[in-house]
Amino acid sequence: MGILPSRKRGKDLVAPPRKKLKTPKIFIFLCLSPWLIGILMFTLYPMVTSFYQSFTKFNLIDAPKWVGLTNFHRMFFEDPDFWKALRNTIWISAISIPLRIAFAIFSAWMLTKPKRGKNVYRTIFFLPSMVPAVAATMVFTYIFNPAYGPINRFLEMLGIKEPPFWFLDPKWSKWGLILLGLWGIGDTMIIFLAGLLDVPRTLYEAASLEGASAWQSFRYVTFPMITPVIFFSGVTGVIGSFQYFTQAYVASGQVNDYSHSMYFYATHIYFSAFRAYEMGYASALAWVLLVITLVCTLIILRTQKRWVHYPNGSLFK
Amino acid sequence: MSTYTPEQREYIRLQSRQAKRKKRWHDFLLMVANHSVLIALSAIFILPLFLVLVISVMGHGQAETRSLWPHPFIWHNYVEVFTAVPFLRWTMNSLFVSLMTTIGTVVSSVPPAYVLSRLRWKGRGVTFIIILSTMMLPGQVTMIPVYIIFSKLHWIPSFLPLIVPSFFSSAFSIFLLRQFFVSIPDEISDAARIDGCSEFKLMMRIIVPLAKPAISAIGLFAFLGSWNDFFGPLLYLVENEKLWTLGIGLNAFQGIHHVQKNMMMTASVLFMLPVIIIFFFSQKVFIEGVTLTGVKG
Repeated sequence: MGILPSRKRGKDLVAPPRKKLKTPKIFIFLCLSPWLIGILMFTLYPMVTSFYQSFTKFNLIDAPKWVGLTNFHRMFFEDPDFWKALRNTIWISAISIPLRIAFAIFSAWMLTKPKRGKNVYRTIFFLPSMVPAVAATMVFTYIFNPAYGPINRFLEMLGIKEPPFWFLDPKWSKWGLILLGLWGIGDTMIIFLAGLLDVPRTLYEAASLEGASAWQSFRYVTFPMITPVIFFSGVTGVIGSFQYFTQAYVASGQVNDYSHSMYFYATHIYFSAFRAYEMGYASALAWVLLVITLVCTLIILRTQKRWVHYPNGSLFK
Repeated sequence: MSTYTPEQREYIRLQSRQAKRKKRWHDFLLMVANHSVLIALSAIFILPLFLVLVISVMGHGQAETRSLWPHPFIWHNYVEVFTAVPFLRWTMNSLFVSLMTTIGTVVSSVPPAYVLSRLRWKGRGVTFIIILSTMMLPGQVTMIPVYIIFSKLHWIPSFLPLIVPSFFSSAFSIFLLRQFFVSIPDEISDAARIDGCSEFKLMMRIIVPLAKPAISAIGLFAFLGSWNDFFGPLLYLVENEKLWTLGIGLNAFQGIHHVQKNMMMTASVLFMLPVIIIFFFSQKVFIEGVTLTGVKG
């Protein structure tokens, strides 16, 4: 910013307008063509079709039959599984999104502290997020198994008399998934780490001159400076949690989740579409998902003025 | 100058030295505290990986006893896993799909990212916004019609539905590359253009070599995204066992009745291993990629 001449002085300093170098339109078009074809074939056409299909009864074999709003009526009034899936999804998002953000901030904040060994710690913290979801879920259902998993043995050694049955207990299974999510926090943590390292040192110095305690300097310096990152991971967290599938699907397969405690919204779409072959109904579910995600995102966007602090102006100008 | 007596001066010097020592002691305690917390956190992050390694070399009987150390070490598990299930085939399938996807993504994402960042044209801003919004679009909305397209082409079950879409750009990769391309000074392009370099040559010979870190990042993300993918193979490969990838195979593990349960951990280790090795060699690229875009894959 400082390099640019100020507006008043700069008038005669600015170079004369550059002669426009011509770039052939055909080059631009050719370069964009893979994306253009892709978006037409795999995004635009499917979106339109799936919107239409959400008003039809369609089983892949017969042609789609127009049924008006029947699918939506069924969803809200006749399908207890829909409500179960929605409740489960909202429950786990409400707990795991804030928890993930808090844990990511905490681990990233700890990583800024030491003078030595930073990279070793960072590698270790980041590593679990690389593990394939299927493998990670297999490992967690195994080590948290009350019969042969070592985790409950550790808990007993720590003096917890009756440790939970985790994935085997409908009341605790979601907590198992939350822990699995927290274990793979690495990528979120890296974003927060970048945010923390961007906070100018001078702000901390000023705070410490004013006699701020460690907590105060976190609350009034660090926190406002990383609100954009919190905002961003809140939005991506909401979008992601309504698509939460693999871990829940693998885990419920491992433990026979009869009570559907790990039955989430994306699972419901998958089962409606590819087990029951009710493509019309599944499309309707997907569009409701899109609407829910959009509404949640808009709500977070509306609140951002109140708490998100952009040092260089807004992200969404 | 000084109004202090020598005794007083001595006293002040002592005081300041004590303060210094106190500060050093305080710093030392703080360092110990920080490292203790960091080590505890590291232990938590490492523990599941350590446990899976340990269980993977236990005998069947011992694995069911919650023991914490293998006795004896059954290294043979790592041989047996290849004979008990078609592990090698799953690996080759995963490898094939991931490599093809990587090639597709890189080849098809560089040109759009180039024109979005290095050239000025009407509609560029709108195009960029469309790309960003497709990144946010939940896959479930397009999933069913796309499935129907592939089924009409008789591509299910086969690898094609997993590989072909990657040759039509990924919004995420375009975004990552674009973020990197805009940071390359315009003067470089202008100099080349004045020298009569064609736009295509400029992209391939000058910008692409400069953007190697970003290109390796999208390649890595594409590879890992495909290697770790479960939902795609679940939709398109499940019907034909010969096409199974590691994720699908591993999930079906317990259904294969003659396989011991702890062997699952052996297989899991082998499934994670390539990813972890790749990570150790390319950590920097990886972390920069995440930082540049704010998302993984």
